[in-house]
Amino acid sequence: MEKFTKVTGVAAPLMRQNVDTDLIIRIERLVDNTSRQGLGPHCFEQIRLKPDGSENPDCIFNQEPYRDPPIILSAENFGCGSSREGAVWALAGMGVKVVIAPSFGDIFYNNCFQNGLLPVALPLAEVQQLADEMRASPGNARVTVDLEQSQVVSPTGRVIPFTIDARRQHALLNGLDDIAQTLTHKDKVEAWQSADRNARPWVWL
Amino acid sequence: MAKTLFDKIWDSHVITDLGNGFVLLHIDRLLLHDLSGARALREVTEKGYTPAQPRLIYATPDHAISTAPGRTEETFPPGAPLLRGLRANTAKFGIRLFDIGQDGNGIVHVVGPEQGLTLPGTTLVCGDSHTCTHGGMGSLAFGIGSSELEHVLATQTMVQRKPKRLRVHFDGALPQGVTAKDMILHLIGELGTAAGTGHAVEYAGSAIRGLPVEGRLTLCNLSIEMGARTGMVAPDDTTYEYLAGRDYAPKGAMWDRAVAHWRSLPSDADAEFDREHTIDMAKVAPQITWGTSPEHVIAVDRPIPDPTAGPEDKRAAWLAALQYQGLEPGKPIEGTKIDWVFIGSCTNSRLSDLRDAAAIAKGRHKAPHVHAWIVPGSERVKRQAEAEGLDRVFKDAGFEWREPGCSMCIASNGERVPAGQRSVSTSNRNFVGRQGPGARTHLASPAMAAAAAIKGAIADVRKL
Repeated sequence: MEKFTKVTGVAAPLMRQNVDTDLIIRIERLVDNTSRQGLGPHCFEQIRLKPDGSENPDCIFNQEPYRDPPIILSAENFGCGSSREGAVWALAGMGVKVVIAPSFGDIFYNNCFQNGLLPVALPLAEVQQLADEMRASPGNARVTVDLEQSQVVSPTGRVIPFTIDARRQHALLNGLDDIAQTLTHKDKVEAWQSADRNARPWVWL
Repeated sequence: MAKTLFDKIWDSHVITDLGNGFVLLHIDRLLLHDLSGARALREVTEKGYTPAQPRLIYATPDHAISTAPGRTEETFPPGAPLLRGLRANTAKFGIRLFDIGQDGNGIVHVVGPEQGLTLPGTTLVCGDSHTCTHGGMGSLAFGIGSSELEHVLATQTMVQRKPKRLRVHFDGALPQGVTAKDMILHLIGELGTAAGTGHAVEYAGSAIRGLPVEGRLTLCNLSIEMGARTGMVAPDDTTYEYLAGRDYAPKGAMWDRAVAHWRSLPSDADAEFDREHTIDMAKVAPQITWGTSPEHVIAVDRPIPDPTAGPEDKRAAWLAALQYQGLEPGKPIEGTKIDWVFIGSCTNSRLSDLRDAAAIAKGRHKAPHVHAWIVPGSERVKRQAEAEGLDRVFKDAGFEWREPGCSMCIASNGERVPAGQRSVSTSNRNFVGRQGPGARTHLASPAMAAAAAIKGAIADVRKL
């Protein structure tokens, strides 16, 4: 699993609610068995491209300095909808390291951590202020996200703390693999299963 | 201490406490489909892991196969390698595969309950967000991503944090024309698409007790559309009658033992929930979505909402949705001309759904300009419907009778609504581009969809 420690860079404001995973990556890109990295160019294609395939200049990701941003700012319920982890792979493939939003779809949120993508939950007013500071100084403004300190530093130097589960923070900082960690509990799993075969034999086909 | 249905299942599946609020949870059933399942099985075994409990894992292709009459795996060529990979790996590791054309094949969330693989009191996961459907059987079921899927394949467990509990009561009798689909769309309209985030939902109340199992599956299916990974209905005699005799359900003395256990699962009378919400069924009418989120929903006899009159924080989203959908605020939604009708998906493709639609289509004919598709949820649903003559009813009414699969709900098999065209669909998502780039989707019940096909426009099923 990829590590995450600290990122400093441009934060692109995509200030809309309910950015769903269908919008992030179309399902047919996953049918094609495209490599994880190869999904990057297709990320947000429904808003990045016009129906004729040319760039849509109205889309934030086609405007300087917001092309392939390391950080995305968004509104409530980012990553809602489908369970496709391809949404996280596509964002990572586009170079995104952090998404800052007031709330996230539960499955998307869980999917982020095994791929070195950090979802940061901040109140909407804070996200909006970050967006305002980015727009006020295009080209120069940078946001820093520091996982170890669990804080965001805004373009004007404001320090905004965020909360994250200690377990997830530790795993992401150290690039720990979930499966390997769980296999250290193999004895307990087998003991549970053995007891359950007696208690609920109908479950065991 | 008094416990909820959810707590009883969760607590009894905790293998060990991992600290910081996380536990290691046993998973009783893992379902695989041809898209996320095939890939995860390939990738995790390439890393050197083998499936830990292959007998608790079941696979069925549904996402990337054609549903055209007479289809083979090659009818939609991009999906064929996925299915071939799934076949090879399930055979190699001893996982049961329900292949196309076999009994047991179909949409994964239709097949699980239908085969008796989904049992009350079990934990069940699948790499698909609509796995919450199985909660209609009293199972703790939720959708997971690829990394979690690989973790379950390799360990038959998951690292999870306990969500909060939300209970929704639906009280009263279902008014005319109202189905489980209308109940859940109405709820999402009231609470919004993020209301269930971080919560396990239990549906309760007299209207739920009166719902057949297939209605409960439809209801739980849309839990994820209000942000909840899992939605559940407590098992009762309706559940046991549905399950008895199904292929993978326990039999004989084992059945009696299982039922005795299942009867201990419903929430205790004094169990506490973090939040509660009540819906008065008298206020629920047949629903239709107007926008690009399931929360963009109204009763079919209401006008299209005016963003300037709506909540300030939603204005921009409503305006964008109306523009995408090509609708004018203030006008009645009823009578809006449509081009496609899709009756199918893990939400509404079961036998009772097809019966509801056939009751409207019988003796009538679809409007000439409308393409109307019926895509049964499984091979078994298809065969049962044909035995009842439902396929004839639909064909006589000008509908197309197809093979089972996800089809136009997600359009991952090339079956799309063309750009700019309008569809009434019994599926679960009206997101931008969900049924194909530029497609305009209106979600509704099977009877409402059939009514729209007949009228050639969005119609109020109560008036037919």
